[in-house]
Amino acid sequence: MANEPNLLQLEDVTKVYRMGDVEVHALRGVSFAVAEGEFVAIMGASGSGKSTLMNIIGCLDRPTSGRYLLAGEDVSGLDRDALAEKRSRTLGFVFQNFNLLSRTSAIENVELPLLYAGAHTRERHERAHAALERVGLAERIHHHPNQMSGGQQQRVAIARALVSNPKVILADEPTGNLDSVTSVEVMALFQELRDSGITVVLVTHEPDIARYAARVVVMKDGKLQSDVRQEPQRAVPAPAEAAVGGES
Amino acid sequence: MNPLQTLRVAIRALLRNKMRSFLTTLGIIIGVSAVIAMVAIGEGAKAMVEQSFAAMGSNLLIILPGTTTAGGQHGGFGSMPTLTWDDLKAIQTEVPSVKYAAAQLRTVAQIVSEDQNWSTGVYGTSPEYFAIRDWPVAQGAPMSESDAEGGSKIVLLGQTVVDKLFGANTNPIGQLVRINNTPFQVQAVLAAKGQSPMGQDYDDAAFIPLKTFQTKIQGGLHQFISGVIFVGATSPAGTVRAEKQIRSLLRDRHHLAAGTDDDFSIRNLTELASAREQGTNTLTTLLASIAAVSLLVGGIGIMNIMLVSVTERTREIGVRMAVGAKPRNILAQFLVEALTLSFAGGLIGVVLGLVAAQWLAARFHWPMLIRPDIIVISVVFSALVGVIFGIYPARKASRLDPIEALRFE
Ligand SMILES: Nc1ncnc2c1ncn2[C@@H]1O[C@H](COP(=O)(O)OP(=O)(O)OP(=O)(O)O)[C@@H](O)[C@H]1O
Ligand SMILES: [Mg+2]
Repeated sequence: MANEPNLLQLEDVTKVYRMGDVEVHALRGVSFAVAEGEFVAIMGASGSGKSTLMNIIGCLDRPTSGRYLLAGEDVSGLDRDALAEKRSRTLGFVFQNFNLLSRTSAIENVELPLLYAGAHTRERHERAHAALERVGLAERIHHHPNQMSGGQQQRVAIARALVSNPKVILADEPTGNLDSVTSVEVMALFQELRDSGITVVLVTHEPDIARYAARVVVMKDGKLQSDVRQEPQRAVPAPAEAAVGGES
Repeated sequence: MNPLQTLRVAIRALLRNKMRSFLTTLGIIIGVSAVIAMVAIGEGAKAMVEQSFAAMGSNLLIILPGTTTAGGQHGGFGSMPTLTWDDLKAIQTEVPSVKYAAAQLRTVAQIVSEDQNWSTGVYGTSPEYFAIRDWPVAQGAPMSESDAEGGSKIVLLGQTVVDKLFGANTNPIGQLVRINNTPFQVQAVLAAKGQSPMGQDYDDAAFIPLKTFQTKIQGGLHQFISGVIFVGATSPAGTVRAEKQIRSLLRDRHHLAAGTDDDFSIRNLTELASAREQGTNTLTTLLASIAAVSLLVGGIGIMNIMLVSVTERTREIGVRMAVGAKPRNILAQFLVEALTLSFAGGLIGVVLGLVAAQWLAARFHWPMLIRPDIIVISVVFSALVGVIFGIYPARKASRLDPIEALRFE
């Protein structure tokens, strides 16, 4: 671990989907590394393999060939249980469509990862509460998803992703379903997480969103096309009253 | 994740959809309550049969004079007397598996008390008769040997006759009644026995000594017994042996050649009783199996809804997996959901079944018979049904691919 500087390291990773006789090469040899504390945006045309790459990074899927080292450990050959363990301990997910459990309060949604990590009821509750506080939803812990705006739902999802103290948060188009004002709020949250040392990898189609990242990777036809470091723009949320007014 | 947490997650998921959960368990509820009510009905019917046969007497054989017809029906006794008093003596002394034997002569007569009269069966018999029929006296003294032999004019009355002649809750001991114009002194009131399996009132009867019956009612002694012989075998199993031995003894005594019909018939009440009991057992089993089938159908209902639920909650499963749930956590959750549904259904079913059984028992004046073993079995069985029919949907859920589950619309 000590002599392994990269938190995420992919070495010539390929992914081939087989659909009957047709082989779809979603990834054609991707090598790239992310150091701890980086904020990476992945861009690229539709079908270029961004989600496929994210799924592999997120231990939801395994590469067809190549190696993937997560925190120095080769996880490309792990079984379903071991991958679940990695997701539970090291990774947090944020989805485009929030993926909160319906008819379930915000706090219960946020507690979910801790349930599978084996935390006790009390500890779960306290940590979930703290996470919701961190995303600015301390007042809405008992609200259900259908009682919240899209931005609020995505903040609950972010709270869920960070509640188990993951090393990496992976977000596949987290602002895809949000308006521009709310998107900036969410990006501000991600920048805040990064500032506290969490590595953030997100996929986006919007250059406006990619501006907030310190590194932009562009994919094309299952390969990396470019990998550029930049000075990130600071996400400044709109004045609070406007945001609150817009949401409620 | 410990089992308690799994249970809590499962219960929460079920409560999220209360109506569906209830409808899912309905099959189990109906199945279990049906099993319990049906078994209670069967047991009640059985107890009724047992009670009425026990009231006839224990290890009982009845020997009737005359041949049986081709259809197995008896021609009616008295029509063709074939049993003699010597036959009776021989049965008493020569058949080892016979404990008691007694003749029973019967007529229907008016019994007249001071201000009432009542027409009833009047029986002439001997003291052994009451032993054969397990029929003690409730008040007064039982019939003695000297009463029977000496032809004393005493009578033992059944409870119904007492009620009709003297009114309920009276003590008629020592009173005089007239039968065929002969005065008889009431010596005892027999313990109430209830109804026969055919619905006849055992307590509507009066018993007088054999000798008295012959002289005062029959009008003289006859060589043949114008009635039937009641036999008490030494044991329930002994009834079959006694029947065989008596048959060969009587055929011998009546000089019946091999191949000819008996000129008497023997009814084995113990066998009849056990046949009846077997009948009610079969009934119980039949009812219980029909009910068990409905339990099975209930289980299939659970599987059905669980499968729908797994499909409907595919995305939830994906989310749970993405945040760290292992396949076995998902398996456990859905299995525990099915188990909780079926177990809760089982418990509700028990309560409803007991209520139904109680109502039926009250309605048909049956004894209320609850079989604790059936309650335990049906609850365990319904839980088992839940597990068995829950496994398939739960496995299906646990094998979902998280990526595809998350993408599910
Ligand atoms: N489960 C699958 N089975 C077969 N082919 C797949 C599967 N998942 C993805 N693909 C294919 O792999 C390629 C890459 O898909 P991927 O979802 O990674 O693209 P993407 O860059 O995320 O696109 P978008 O921007 O539209 O989300 C596509 O051609 C897609 O059709
Ligand atoms: Mg995608």
